[in-house]
Parts: sequence; structure tokens; C-alpha cells
Amino acid sequence: MTAMTVFRYELQDLRRSRWVMGYTLCLLLLTEALLRFGGGGPRAVLSLMNVVLGVVPLVGIVFGTMYLYGSRSFIQLLLAQPVGRGELFAGLYAGLALPLAAGFLLGVGLPFVWDGGGEGALAGPLAMLLGAGTLLTLVFTALAMLVSLRVNDRAKGLGLAILLWLVATALYDALIVLVATTFSDYPLELPLIGLIILNPIDLARVAMLLQLDTAALMGYTGAVFERFFGSAVGVWLSAGALILWWAGPLVAAHRRFCRNDF
Amino acid sequence: MIPLPCTVIEGIGVTKRYGGVPVLRGIDFAVKAGRVTAILGPNGAGKSTLIRVLLGLARLDEGSVTVSGTVVGDDPAYRAAIGYMPQHPHFPENLTGREVVRLLRELRGHTVPEDDELFVAFALAAELDKPVRVLSGGTKQKLNAALAFMFRPGILLLDEPTAGLDPVASGVLKAHILSARAAGATVLLVSHVLSELEDLVDDVIFLLEGRVEFLGSLRRLEEITGESRLEPAVARLMQRKAS
Repeated sequence: MTAMTVFRYELQDLRRSRWVMGYTLCLLLLTEALLRFGGGGPRAVLSLMNVVLGVVPLVGIVFGTMYLYGSRSFIQLLLAQPVGRGELFAGLYAGLALPLAAGFLLGVGLPFVWDGGGEGALAGPLAMLLGAGTLLTLVFTALAMLVSLRVNDRAKGLGLAILLWLVATALYDALIVLVATTFSDYPLELPLIGLIILNPIDLARVAMLLQLDTAALMGYTGAVFERFFGSAVGVWLSAGALILWWAGPLVAAHRRFCRNDF
Repeated sequence: MIPLPCTVIEGIGVTKRYGGVPVLRGIDFAVKAGRVTAILGPNGAGKSTLIRVLLGLARLDEGSVTVSGTVVGDDPAYRAAIGYMPQHPHFPENLTGREVVRLLRELRGHTVPEDDELFVAFALAAELDKPVRVLSGGTKQKLNAALAFMFRPGILLLDEPTAGLDPVASGVLKAHILSARAAGATVLLVSHVLSELEDLVDDVIFLLEGRVEFLGSLRRLEEITGESRLEPAVARLMQRKAS
């Protein structure tokens, strides 16, 4: 009851937020432009994939962190009411993550609907793109909750949020390249699969590339990836890893919220 | 014989540290029912922390606090009897004042008639349909005060209640605090403007470096310090401690 009430009002707040509207509009314009002028079809999805993998986690973690620091005083007022902390946390998280996920789905999905580009062979990759973007939103807003609860100082918290995004999108890949070049004489396909599973953005990237039938471009590695991620074990392991990436920070943030001083 | 007012809030050995630094150092205190008690002290004395401890916003390191017979802990139900006015109100900027009122009403599941006297006295009706982000600081503070009194709570915790209010609004709020007391409410307030408290306060808790330096009635404070005004009386307490 408390969670639903807080969720509804936070949803109303973010629905009117210029930042969320701007985010949705930017994605909408970009998707429309790529569909019209970027060759359409698989090419547009491939281009959008790069945007989704970079921008969606960035918006999720930075907007989420800023919003939560800005709401700290209001959270105090809510906690001064006869409401449980656990329920309040659930309402706050849902009220933050779901409007951002809805903004993403509308921004990327609507142009495909009115341009009719999401049918036939493109339906699978588009569904994967929308699913991955939604899941990344949930993961990175959960990380934003954790950062804003663990770090009291707003500037330090925002810095940590950007650092986490940088590690997940760029630095981690640099580490993988370093490993791959250093141990290029060894069969690295399986260790690389392990490393990819440890980063939600890489996991989403590989899953989308395989959906777009571009695995052949990666040669033998692509074949190994396709065999692993296409197998039942691979699918379950990938899904489990993404769920862990979502649930892990969320459970940690929930525990922190229930014990934190406000 | 006049019966002694009973204690509605009690703290025993209340200790709170932030990052290992003690802010409240094992203090004992009691707040009597139906009276206005001021928590006074210089910056960093632990006044706002004490309010947060009473609300369960800050967890105790040692000691215990009882509010209306309920030990402050994980059960939030006791807060139904409390109206809280934070020092710096920050409401969601895209909600209207009316939506903030509705949110709190829904969270409390309130069914009894509400106290809308401050909404009327502050002429908030015209402001309630505007987004919070366009409201002035003073209007937000008026809304903040009206929300604290709205559910006719038995206990009012007011953190710097007159900060940001113009003299007229400040007078309205002070009159409302007194009428709440007359109706039986217990009021605990923190303020730096000591001159404003003199005609409001019955009891004083004076905190210094996380310890209770004085706890008692305004008359007792006058007797101890020989000062009839609150400001010099507090100054005398601080001088006594320093010497």
C-alpha cells in the first residue's frame, strides 16, 4: 500500500520532469533519424545498440543519483510518517526506475511502431534491444540507489556514479583487450565468456550482436560465443547474471536504506 | 493539588555518533505532555540529531528513547501521533502542493477531520495547484508548517519553525502552536531565534557538545541564571560551562 502510493506520486513527479521528457524526446528523434536516414532495418538497430549501451546506463545512474540526492529531505519527511522503510524503498525504486524505462521504451519503440520497421526478421533484434535497454535501466538505477545511500556527499556520490559507468562501458573493455592481447597464444574464448558475464553492458552487447547475426564477423570467437550463448546453459547463465546484476545492488541498497541514518 | 504533567517522551543514555564522532553523549531527558519544550544550544550541539532520533531517522548507538510509551525502533506505528516540520522543506518539484497533501494523507490513511486552519490563515489555497518548483521559499515553509499540523498530532516536532517566514506568518504559526498546546498537544521545537521563543516556551532542554546542560522550566532557568530574558539566560549557561 505504502509502496504503491509512493510509486504513484513519484511517477507523477517524474512524468512531468523536463529531464525525463528530454531523454525520451532525444531517443525518439535519434531513432526516427536512424530509421529514415541511417539505412533503416538491421543497420538502425545496430546503431541504436551502441547508443543504448552507452546512454541508457549513463542516464540511469547519473539521473538516478542526482534525483535521489535531491529527494533526501523529502525522504526524511516520508520516513517521519508511520510507514515502514522497506515499503518506502520499494516505492522509491519503482518510481525512479519505471518512468526511465518507460521513457526509453517510448523513445526507441514508437518510431518503429509508426514506421513499421519492427516487423519480420527485425522483430527479434528489436525485442532484444528493448529488453536489454529496459534491463540496463533497472540495473543502473539500482546502482544509483546504492551509491546515493552509501555516499553522503553529493559531489563524491556523483563522481562515483560516473566512475562506475566509465568502468562498465569503457575501462572494463580495455581490460578485456589487455587480457586478450597479453594471452593471445592461449585459447581465451571460455575465459572471455566468463569476463563478459561479469559486466552487464558486455553481456547485453554480445546478446544483441548474436541476435543480429553478426557473430560471423567475430570469426572463431563469434562461433564459440554463438554456441555458448545459444545453448540452454548459456541462456540461463546469462539471464542469471543479468538478474544478479539487478538484484545484487538492489538488495544491498534495500539493506542500506533500512539501516541508514537520514 | 495540581497533578504533575506526565512524561510523553523520554530518553535514557541516548548516544549517537557519526563516523565515530559523538554528537549525543549518553543524555537523559524527559518531555512533559501538553507543554512546549525548546531544544536550545549552539551549532553542532546535537539539537537536530535529537529530533531525528525521536523520529527514528537516526539510529541510536546506545540508550533508548520512548515516545508515548513505545520504544523507538523498527515499528513505525508510533509516528502516527507525530507531526514533523523539517528545517529545510524539499518537496518533489513537479508535484503541486495539493498532491503533496494528498500523498501524506494517503500514507497516513487518515479518516478523521483534518486541521486546515493554517492552510486558510496562510492563504495557501491559491498556491496549492502550482508546481512546488515555482513556489517561493516562504510559501514552501508555510506549506511545511500546515502539513505538520494537518493531522492534529498529539506530538509536534518543529525544527526551526519560523525560519523563512515573514513576521505576520511567524505570528500566525506561533499562535497556532499555542492553540495546539491548549488542545493538549506536546510541542518540541528547535530554534535559534531565542527572542521568539520567550512567549511560547514552558520548558527548556539546553544542549552543549552533545550533553544536557540544563533541563527544566523557564522559571527554573530564570532562578538559576538570574536572567529574566531567554537570550542572556542561555548566554549565562554557556559562560558558566566555559568557566
